[in-house]
Amino acid sequence: MSATQGHPTEAVTKTRPPEQSRWDRAFREITTGNAIISVLAVVLALLVGAVMIAFTNKDVQAASGYFFSRPTDLLGAIWNAVAGAYSALFQGSVYNFRRPSFAAGIKPLTETLTFATPLIMAGLGVALGFRVGMFNIGGRGQMLIAAALGGWVGFAVDLPYGLHMVAALVAGILGGALWGGIVGLLKARTGAHEVITTIMLNYVAFYLVSYLLRDGFLKTPGSNNPKSPATQATAVFPDLLGPTYSLHFGFILAIVATIFTWWLLSRSNLGFQFRAVGLNPHAARVAGISVKRIYVYAMLLSGGLIGLAGINQVLGTTTSGFGAGLDSGIGFDAITVALLGRSKPWGVFAAGILFGAFKAGGFSMQAAEGVPIDIVLVVQSLIVLFIAAPPLVRAIFRLPAAGTTRRALPNVTQEVAAK
Amino acid sequence: MSIATPAVQPIQPAAPQDADFEVVRSWKAPIALSIFTVLSFLLLVVFGRTGISTFRLSTTSDLIQLPEVELPTQLTGIVISVLLLLITVISAWLVRSRARVPIWLIAVFAVLVLIGFLSWAAADKTIPVPGLLFGAISLAVPLIFGALGGVISERVGVVNIAIEGQLLAGAFTSALVASLTNQPLLGLVAAMFAGVLVSMVLASFSIKYFVDQVIVGVVLNVLVIGLTGFLYSQVMAPNAATLNQPPRFERINIPLLSEIPIIGPVLFRQTLIVYIMYVAVAVVYYGIFHTKWGLRLRSVGEHPQAADTVGINVARTRFWNVSLAGAIVGLGGAYFTLGSVGAFGKEMTAGAGFIALAAVIFGRWDPIRATLAALLFGFASNLQNVLSIIGSPVPSEFMLMLPYLVTIFAVAGFVGTSRGPAASGKPYIKS
Repeated sequence: MSATQGHPTEAVTKTRPPEQSRWDRAFREITTGNAIISVLAVVLALLVGAVMIAFTNKDVQAASGYFFSRPTDLLGAIWNAVAGAYSALFQGSVYNFRRPSFAAGIKPLTETLTFATPLIMAGLGVALGFRVGMFNIGGRGQMLIAAALGGWVGFAVDLPYGLHMVAALVAGILGGALWGGIVGLLKARTGAHEVITTIMLNYVAFYLVSYLLRDGFLKTPGSNNPKSPATQATAVFPDLLGPTYSLHFGFILAIVATIFTWWLLSRSNLGFQFRAVGLNPHAARVAGISVKRIYVYAMLLSGGLIGLAGINQVLGTTTSGFGAGLDSGIGFDAITVALLGRSKPWGVFAAGILFGAFKAGGFSMQAAEGVPIDIVLVVQSLIVLFIAAPPLVRAIFRLPAAGTTRRALPNVTQEVAAK
Repeated sequence: MSIATPAVQPIQPAAPQDADFEVVRSWKAPIALSIFTVLSFLLLVVFGRTGISTFRLSTTSDLIQLPEVELPTQLTGIVISVLLLLITVISAWLVRSRARVPIWLIAVFAVLVLIGFLSWAAADKTIPVPGLLFGAISLAVPLIFGALGGVISERVGVVNIAIEGQLLAGAFTSALVASLTNQPLLGLVAAMFAGVLVSMVLASFSIKYFVDQVIVGVVLNVLVIGLTGFLYSQVMAPNAATLNQPPRFERINIPLLSEIPIIGPVLFRQTLIVYIMYVAVAVVYYGIFHTKWGLRLRSVGEHPQAADTVGINVARTRFWNVSLAGAIVGLGGAYFTLGSVGAFGKEMTAGAGFIALAAVIFGRWDPIRATLAALLFGFASNLQNVLSIIGSPVPSEFMLMLPYLVTIFAVAGFVGTSRGPAASGKPYIKS
């Protein structure tokens, strides 16, 4: 988007010098930019969410029964319902004003970052796949295999502090890479469509890990509960801000993974080949790039990044042992995160934190106001939908189209231009 | 497989290989067959079991009662292994002499593997064949509707990842409307409307705003999961007695047809939705390949520019056909609430939409083949149910895994590079 719409703006402002005042230009830059679309998309999505909250609230329904005799009651009830829900969302994800000290008030923000950590890691994996033109829906399976291998190293192997963590981490990443690599290999060798194979491998991994937890090497001795033993203390991620906060070393790893992916995609030789294959595999083949090998490498790396998210859950977030439901939807959320981040590493990072905030705040909203956490899914998906369609947002807010004052440019998003 | 590619590439590097014009030998089929033969030999003979496997072919209510078939387990295993080896050798010989391995040979192979496995698992036990097949159809119904919708949508050039969302929306609305009106038929109509609604969002975003279709599809799934989950917790669950107790369709026995041995009880003692499904498969197949509508639909999906040149309105064709696809998938969603389970539950489709998507690709964007693929998925899931009831020697997790493993093997071994409609997923920007 920035590429396709940035250039015409510059061209127009250059060819049309003095008649536009500085304010006019500034106004135009603000109203036609990408930032305003993102902000307005969030506002729109929250508005739709507010309508849903208001419509299903019992007080609002009661007050609407006598709307014509006391209309203020209805408005007050709507305000109470919506403001209550959204302030609970904010206080559960950023800063809680009801706590006495700053140290206690800022705790929700650290929760947000903890929730964001696996979303960023897995989102990077999916985004990497997108950049190579592959659709990796296999996040669930890759996370499970990573957790199984890395988790086993974490509870069954005895190693000194530090080394143990690294060993478990490496085992987890390798597990994810293995599960993703199968997909890449199948695509390269036999042409099997990655959408089918990743979906199928999700189920295979789920049942495999279920079996291992019930009767295999992941089983807790002497327990019928299909759950693994707790991770040993020598392998657990250290806390970043002390034991009162849940934020752990995994967030640093998420930052490192983002920097690595950014470097890989925009600075390395391999990343150049990745992007070339993603933009046009036929042209890439003509240019001498082995497309098949790139598919395998891309799925290995994509699976490895998602595996990092899986092992992060075992070594950082829930160290008391894991079940087969470990991924808890992160594998699929990661797709939305990657889409919202437009498959760019730092975009994914920001999108992951936003979604982490929604997750952290959604739980406290459900607990405090009784609004089901599913509303968060609605708001998240609407944000992605609106951001993907800038013309729609412009039409709703009657903003001028990008670039020109009169004539509308064809609305081509980056995803389309890439085809 | 490695032989095939370099021979074709120098001539036309960009063109995907087409199986019909393949002159080079592809060893994929023999290799896959020999893997299955070795596995079957290991299971049936090396780890063979002794006893008698019984297959019950009739239900108690049938007019014509067939006797139960009793097979000695070990002997059956040996005979089937020999037959499998024979077929593998034939296929290798065919490939050596540059002939194609016929599809019926592979089908015979698959049936033999299946019989061998069933008799192995049912040593000294009885397998109710009609029950096995009946359950398979039941589980496959939503998958087939989903796959038909997927085929139409992709044939007209819009990738439909939102099948899952359309199914879920259909299930929710049909439960709601059928409970309120006490009319399952109205629930069915409402499910179609819900599917169309989801489809229209998909269509308008991808056709009018040129948003990437995969993005819209994925996001729509999340949106529908969120919407139905929210409304379920907020509205439906607190008033379950009035809003979530839909009447279910009654089973209709078709006279005469329902008395045919084996096939009758399986195919013709079903509910209305299943009969609609039979009609839908036939109509979609005939429509796509033998009518003007189908020709236009396919032309828009293969080469929109050419279609535009001869006067077909690409955007309108795409919009209405994607909406039609949504209506068909919505019917499949209604089956969850009005046909099988009875009440709506959160995320009750549980990934069926993605399996349907796999069936579309597995079936190479062909309605009949996609239906067969969906039936395979349904059969495999129900096989696990039946075997866990009669007590299977294999851990249940591995049985549950089997259909997915078979699909991976099949997609890698037999289907190969599956090529969808050329313009599927690409927006058409009129210049």
